[in-house]
Amino acid sequence: MQDKQRVVKPHIAEEWVGKIYTLLCIFFLIVTIFSMVYFVASKGISTFFLPNVNLLDFLTGLKWAPEGSPPAFGALPFIVGSFTTSILAALIAAPLGICAAIFMTEIMPGVGRRYLQPVIELLAGIPSVVYGFIGLSVLVPFLRDVFPGQGIGIAAGAMVLSIMILPTITTIAADALAGLSHSLKEGSYALGATRWQTIYRIILPTTLPALLTGVVLGISRAFGEALAVQMVIGNAPHIPKSLFESTSTLTSVITLSMGNTVSGSPHNSALWSLALILMSMTFVFVFIVRWLERRSKV
Amino acid sequence: MTTKFEVNELQLHYGEFHALKQISLSIPERSVNALIGPSGCGKSTFLRTLNRMNDMISSVRVDGEIKLSGTNIYDTGMDVEELRKRVGMVFQQPNPFPKSIYENVAFGPRLHRKPGRKELDEIVEKSLRGASLWDEVKDDLHKSALGLSGGQQQRLCIARALAVNPEVLLMDESTSALDPISTLKIEELIQELKKDYTIVMVTHNMHQAARVSDYTTFFLNGEVIESSPTEKLFSTPVDHRTEQYITGRFG
Repeated sequence: MQDKQRVVKPHIAEEWVGKIYTLLCIFFLIVTIFSMVYFVASKGISTFFLPNVNLLDFLTGLKWAPEGSPPAFGALPFIVGSFTTSILAALIAAPLGICAAIFMTEIMPGVGRRYLQPVIELLAGIPSVVYGFIGLSVLVPFLRDVFPGQGIGIAAGAMVLSIMILPTITTIAADALAGLSHSLKEGSYALGATRWQTIYRIILPTTLPALLTGVVLGISRAFGEALAVQMVIGNAPHIPKSLFESTSTLTSVITLSMGNTVSGSPHNSALWSLALILMSMTFVFVFIVRWLERRSKV
Repeated sequence: MTTKFEVNELQLHYGEFHALKQISLSIPERSVNALIGPSGCGKSTFLRTLNRMNDMISSVRVDGEIKLSGTNIYDTGMDVEELRKRVGMVFQQPNPFPKSIYENVAFGPRLHRKPGRKELDEIVEKSLRGASLWDEVKDDLHKSALGLSGGQQQRLCIARALAVNPEVLLMDESTSALDPISTLKIEELIQELKKDYTIVMVTHNMHQAARVSDYTTFFLNGEVIESSPTEKLFSTPVDHRTEQYITGRFG
């Protein structure tokens, strides 16, 4: 009896140490997240207690002149800039990424797994400043030569972003395609379907929710990217008339202006409000992804 | 009785592994042919050579010939999609597509041509009747096939195969994942189907082979040990290994 207790006791202690340690970690995480949300929200909402600023004007106003007299806080140009660059980037990257994933999993799985997958994962590891720099020194001059305008703007931003989100979309699509049950494909081939018929009519429709998950995660990443976009978008605070004209996004205006404002000033609070919009949009994206994942399980 | 499949000196390698050795066999038209043998003996592999489903595995090499109504299906000019249309297949696990019942059956016909709505409706009904499923699903044609029971799903897969109007139906242990009542239904169905189709079925259940087949072939270690009319194979086997297997001494 005594022997037994001696064996059991350290075991129980170990259980408790593990339990408490993991509990502390998760507690720390939750506290961090909640305090960040609280911080951004409280700072961001404070703007709307300023005289002459209300939420509707903030979201729909076209004029951004936080240091003017009187100051104007119209964030619509940034909201439009963020949405157009991210969605355009996804429109470019989604077909490319999904087709690359089909090639890697269905057409040449051996080469795909051994060579293409690592190369694409490498793309994800390149720092965003490098993307921005290449965009600025290669893409922008090219666009300037080919299209009217200065080359900077939504088109350049969307192209740089599309390459940055390509790994996200491709990797998630490849995982979804590779995870598809082999028996469905066999069923299709056994009826005399060709490879493309099987891809179009069975594989893509069945994996669609998972493919969309990848696209939404890509958009969400594009939405939050600041540095690379800021380097190629021009940073003028207005809604552009073409894709090749200088404009701004929510992220680029925050990174550019944050250092030049005094904490607590109206300008500073307005930037926090922009951050609050960004954060809320990220939550929306997360919810969409969750919803898609639930659907793909059915 | 005319011969549907004529297999001559068929050899199959998975890389270095010699999976099928010198198989020669003939399969008569409009009959039920059972392939029996212990696990890993090559019976499923052989079944999959008949509609060239092994082509999808890159390490597989096939030598010898298999003639379907006189033409070698391993000839270089063979249209594999056309072959699989003529030689349908039902798998071990029911594998309906995640689509409606109607869409599952219409899938095959739509691959090969563009049938009109009315013609397609007719094909769907005829195929579902052919698979004895029509009465159970006629009011739910546009519901998901995944809501059906396992036995119903398997009969749907049979209907799906019938919809492209094949000559041969290959069944790869198609009742082994089903309950006894569903199995019985499919065995009865096989008796109906053999009036119009040639059926080749792999089964690990010797009683099933004895119940439903006209001819039985016994495989062991990649070779055909014995092939004869079912009654004869089970009552007076020629080879002592066949006898040992059917009396349950191994496998």
